Amino acid sequence: MDLTLSPQEEAFRDELRGWLDEHHPGAEPEGDEAGFEFRRSWQKTLHQAGWAGVSWPKEYGGRGASLIEQAIYNEEVTRAKAPAAVNVLGLAMGGPTVIAHGSEEQRKRYLEPILSAEEIWCQGFSEPESGSDLASLKTKAERHGDEWVVTGQKVWTTLAHHAKWCMLVARTDPDAPKHQGLTYFLMDMDQDAVQVRPLAQITGEAEFNELFLEEARIPHANIVGGEGNGWPVAITTLMHERATLAFGLQIQVKIALGELMEKARSTTVNGGSAAEDEIIRDRLAQLYIESEVLRLNAYRGLTHTMKHGVPGPEGSLGKWQWADVNQALTELALDIAGPQALLRSDDWTYRFLRARANSIEGGTTEILKNIVAERVLGLPRLR
Amino acid sequence: MNFDLTDDQRAIQRTAGEFLAARYKPEELRRLALEEERGFTDEQWKAIAELGWPGLVVSEAHGGLGLGIVELVVVQEQLGYALAPTPFLSDVGAALLLEAGGEDETAAEYLPGVATGERRGTVAVWDADAGWSPTHSALVPGGEDGQPTLTGTKVAVADAAAADFIVVSGADGRHFVVDAGASGLEIEATEALDPTRRLYSVSLSETPARELSLAPEARRRAYEALTTALAAESVGVAQRAMEMATEYAKERQQFGRPIGAYQAISHPCAQMLLETEGARSVTLYAAWALDHEPDTSQLAAAMAKSYAGEAGWRVTAAALQVHGGIGFTFEHDLHFFLKRARANLHAFGDSRWHRRRVADLAGV
Repeated sequence: MDLTLSPQEEAFRDELRGWLDEHHPGAEPEGDEAGFEFRRSWQKTLHQAGWAGVSWPKEYGGRGASLIEQAIYNEEVTRAKAPAAVNVLGLAMGGPTVIAHGSEEQRKRYLEPILSAEEIWCQGFSEPESGSDLASLKTKAERHGDEWVVTGQKVWTTLAHHAKWCMLVARTDPDAPKHQGLTYFLMDMDQDAVQVRPLAQITGEAEFNELFLEEARIPHANIVGGEGNGWPVAITTLMHERATLAFGLQIQVKIALGELMEKARSTTVNGGSAAEDEIIRDRLAQLYIESEVLRLNAYRGLTHTMKHGVPGPEGSLGKWQWADVNQALTELALDIAGPQALLRSDDWTYRFLRARANSIEGGTTEILKNIVAERVLGLPRLR
Repeated sequence: MNFDLTDDQRAIQRTAGEFLAARYKPEELRRLALEEERGFTDEQWKAIAELGWPGLVVSEAHGGLGLGIVELVVVQEQLGYALAPTPFLSDVGAALLLEAGGEDETAAEYLPGVATGERRGTVAVWDADAGWSPTHSALVPGGEDGQPTLTGTKVAVADAAAADFIVVSGADGRHFVVDAGASGLEIEATEALDPTRRLYSVSLSETPARELSLAPEARRRAYEALTTALAAESVGVAQRAMEMATEYAKERQQFGRPIGAYQAISHPCAQMLLETEGARSVTLYAAWALDHEPDTSQLAAAMAKSYAGEAGWRVTAAALQVHGGIGFTFEHDLHFFLKRARANLHAFGDSRWHRRRVADLAGV
């Protein structure tokens, strides 16, 4: 057992840290469009220095980083409070899926513009009637010669209004069992048959969209991984980088907790600081411990993945636990605020509301519990 | 970066697991808990001594194996899993404090016997009328300079009747060694929440004692190692209770299905895994920090004791709920695990007390 970084890993971290210090673009400007352009330009800077797609193989323009280096990358970028690369879905999911299941032609066509943020990607998986039960999705694609004609509706589509490509899973064989009749397409968003409608969420903003497809056209050549093979390809997309994304999340929680501790120290309650209040103090300590458990589980999971090629049981727990911790943390922030909690006076109100999605997005906590119960503990399936 | 046991540590884990599974079957656990006066037999202790465990944390200079806290928690988790009634942890606590004495004469005299298992010790920390802090004691020695005597009462002292000596905490972090059979020493068995670990009330009346010279840093580390071992034991208890619950959930049929198919049962089982694995991660980290990173080990050990203490309790409590009525019967073994888990949460500082330390050390 050794929880220290090797000299090479330290060198990787120091190089990245130094680079981030030097190139950090500062705070993001207000407004959706300005923010988007700011992050697009940041990704170009990352790409020029070889810091976009660190997990991608070198031959496809990535850095070919080891799992531990990817973890360090996620930690450092979050620690530096650097902006997120704009093409987050292309980098984390689309690119890796094309690398794993795409043809050589597809790799040549799609990968470079993902890295350079020339072409933004979005994901068309969930549907209004198919949330947790994704494989029941109904958007249908019919073949007409060299084209597929797609009709249906998608939801929770982040970045759809900026995207050039959509990772679209549609039903190509209505008679096949539900997991087998699906195909994974790359759909050009730039067509009238694709309508994007922003979806306002409880925070008041619209991070997500609804997607209406009315006979949208997709060339046959844009299938990834073969007709009828959409489910395993989609699973690749969903699984990708889960092992290392946890590192960004755990550091995010640590940063937020540091800010919350500062807030507790500077808020006056009953004549003292909130941080001196026995109950607040106990809850902060508990969150500190849980954020550490999150970090340690992520490291243990990483060791397991490096040794065995697949995540161990603790790998399935990270996202679920992160949601619990982040929700508890933002709730405590309001409790510390006292009467200020009634007002929308600072960023914590937004974070508090946004955190409600943590136990839903990317697999609900209930679905994750099902996965743990069935696949790790071997309990019988109800279905 | 490698957050996993080494091959040697895995070998220790395997040996311990096999040894304990063979010798502490459920019937034996029950017999020891309910019938055996001291909760273990001489033969059992001899077998443990033959494995070298009593000398695990004793330095090679004092005749021990000089292994690390990681190795200790590996063994202790297996002991928790087997719920083996044994004075091992009490003895380890005494050994850790003696080792913390460094060049101390008393330590040098006692440790070789401890290393072989011939001399067993235990640790007495709670004053009869003290509050929640395991580090607070009002005990001040009397007697001549160089020949201190102790007068007072310590409660909830584990395995005291089986100990050849007791390490007793006093005011201002001072520690003393009292021999079994010393004048004025009375050891009285008390009924305990956890029947698998014998607790005693130890009263001292002008009892001759030897003071251990302990540097504050070394003393603190000894307690941190002890509480981390206790955390590891709770991890083992939680692991076993989780396995019992999931096995039962697969077998037990109600409304025509195994109850584990219902999410009201399967989701609490998943929660058990979350808490058990989290407790394991933080406990291993604390053990590693105690061996390799003294700057962070205080905080790590406090986190481990707090988190694993509560995880042990919640997992065993949820396991009982999964079992339903049968889990509430004395005939079923689960209650032994539940009781040990709850006792561990309170021993050597409860979870809230350790969280307070976390708050102080983490700069809340």
